Amino acid sequence: MNAPALPKASDYKSELKPVWCPGCGDYHVLLSLTKAFAALKLRPEEIAVVSGIGCSSRIPAYTNCYGFHGVHGRALPLGTGLKVARPELTVLVTGGDGDGFSIGGNHFLHACRRNIDITYVVMDNRVYGMTKGQPSPTTEPDWDSALSPGGTGVRPFHPLVIALASGANFVARTFSGDIKGTTDTIVQAINHPGFSFVEILSPCVTFRPDQRGWKSVVHPAPVEPTDDAARAARRIMTDDGFNVGVLYRGSREPYMVERAKETGEPAQFDGMFEI
Amino acid sequence: MTNAPGPQITDLGELLAYAHAIEVDAMERYQLLADQMETHNNRELAKLFRELAGHEEKHAAKILEQAGESGLPVIEESAFHWLGTESPEAADLDAAHYRMTPWHALQMALGAEQRAFAFFDHLVNTVSEPEVKKWAEEFRDEEAEHVELVERLLKLHPEPAEGWDLDDDPPYLQD
Repeated sequence: MNAPALPKASDYKSELKPVWCPGCGDYHVLLSLTKAFAALKLRPEEIAVVSGIGCSSRIPAYTNCYGFHGVHGRALPLGTGLKVARPELTVLVTGGDGDGFSIGGNHFLHACRRNIDITYVVMDNRVYGMTKGQPSPTTEPDWDSALSPGGTGVRPFHPLVIALASGANFVARTFSGDIKGTTDTIVQAINHPGFSFVEILSPCVTFRPDQRGWKSVVHPAPVEPTDDAARAARRIMTDDGFNVGVLYRGSREPYMVERAKETGEPAQFDGMFEI
Repeated sequence: MTNAPGPQITDLGELLAYAHAIEVDAMERYQLLADQMETHNNRELAKLFRELAGHEEKHAAKILEQAGESGLPVIEESAFHWLGTESPEAADLDAAHYRMTPWHALQMALGAEQRAFAFFDHLVNTVSEPEVKKWAEEFRDEEAEHVELVERLLKLHPEPAEGWDLDDDPPYLQD
């Protein structure tokens, strides 16, 4: 007699077909996300996938979990609010580098500080793909394109270091083409208490065809993850940008959602604010 | 990149479960590629990928038949150990392009069949249980036939000239 069926990645996919360009790294990320959900044996109704705006932010629609395709840059506030209201849900916030680090940059800092138990997955392709190829906060300063002749000359944003400095409790970098590595990392990120940040290098093959070469330059981080944020930051600041793996596992207590809920009805706050 | 330790297969049921997973993964990957090509209006490639998916579906069904009434043992997706980072016959999604030609698709298929051949060849050379080895040899020989078939098909579809992917107004999301 056969054993009961185990969850499969395909159990978490919706009927909608992705509209990303063929070759886009986000297809791999969708596969990794759904494989991670299967590995964790979560039911779709136990998961919420929240996003902002951009190519990668379409990902909630391609899963059959709860989803919220929010406004530009505001995915983290949405995810934060959802987790506070429904702490039993596994909340993933997803999006791209422009949505997360430019339009939503301020929210990124404070989500790290707040350390709510959510996982933030950023598909970083160093370009605004949906609007046809403008440089993003993580674009190299000398990236020459029709929309940025000669490059922007602006120092790129360093999300992993900013996350560490701001208090994220788990920091990792993966490459979308490494489906197994990305799946394992997402599983670890979800299981780790507090705010987990996973930067996925996810090539935009249409506006950054040079990124097809990432496959041959990514490599496993040569060191074990550390619980020392300063050491992790130094490593990340001095690596070549293509180290993949879990880079930091912190031990900060997550924001106490349960305690916040115990405060009760709004009327109960009146006494707390008496002068 | 993740380096997998490779499979440790000790009984026939497990081997059939691996072989079935390989074919199902290959089928799903070709279906995904066919969907991509339909979305981007590359109908010739959509049809080709659907045909390839159909072949893999038949192979998966044949393995189920071979498993007989007892069926296949249930193995968690995350418990499969491949030689690389994923199931060997899953076509390389990275290589897709909305203007790709049959030559590109067949190159993808060739790579997939060659990886599947290498996987079963590895088993033939590493498993000790005689029945498992015998079946692994059969699967390896089938994959060798598939490699030959794709190589023959490639002779009918020459490599396109340089510039096949040039597009003055590249698309973005297809709504």
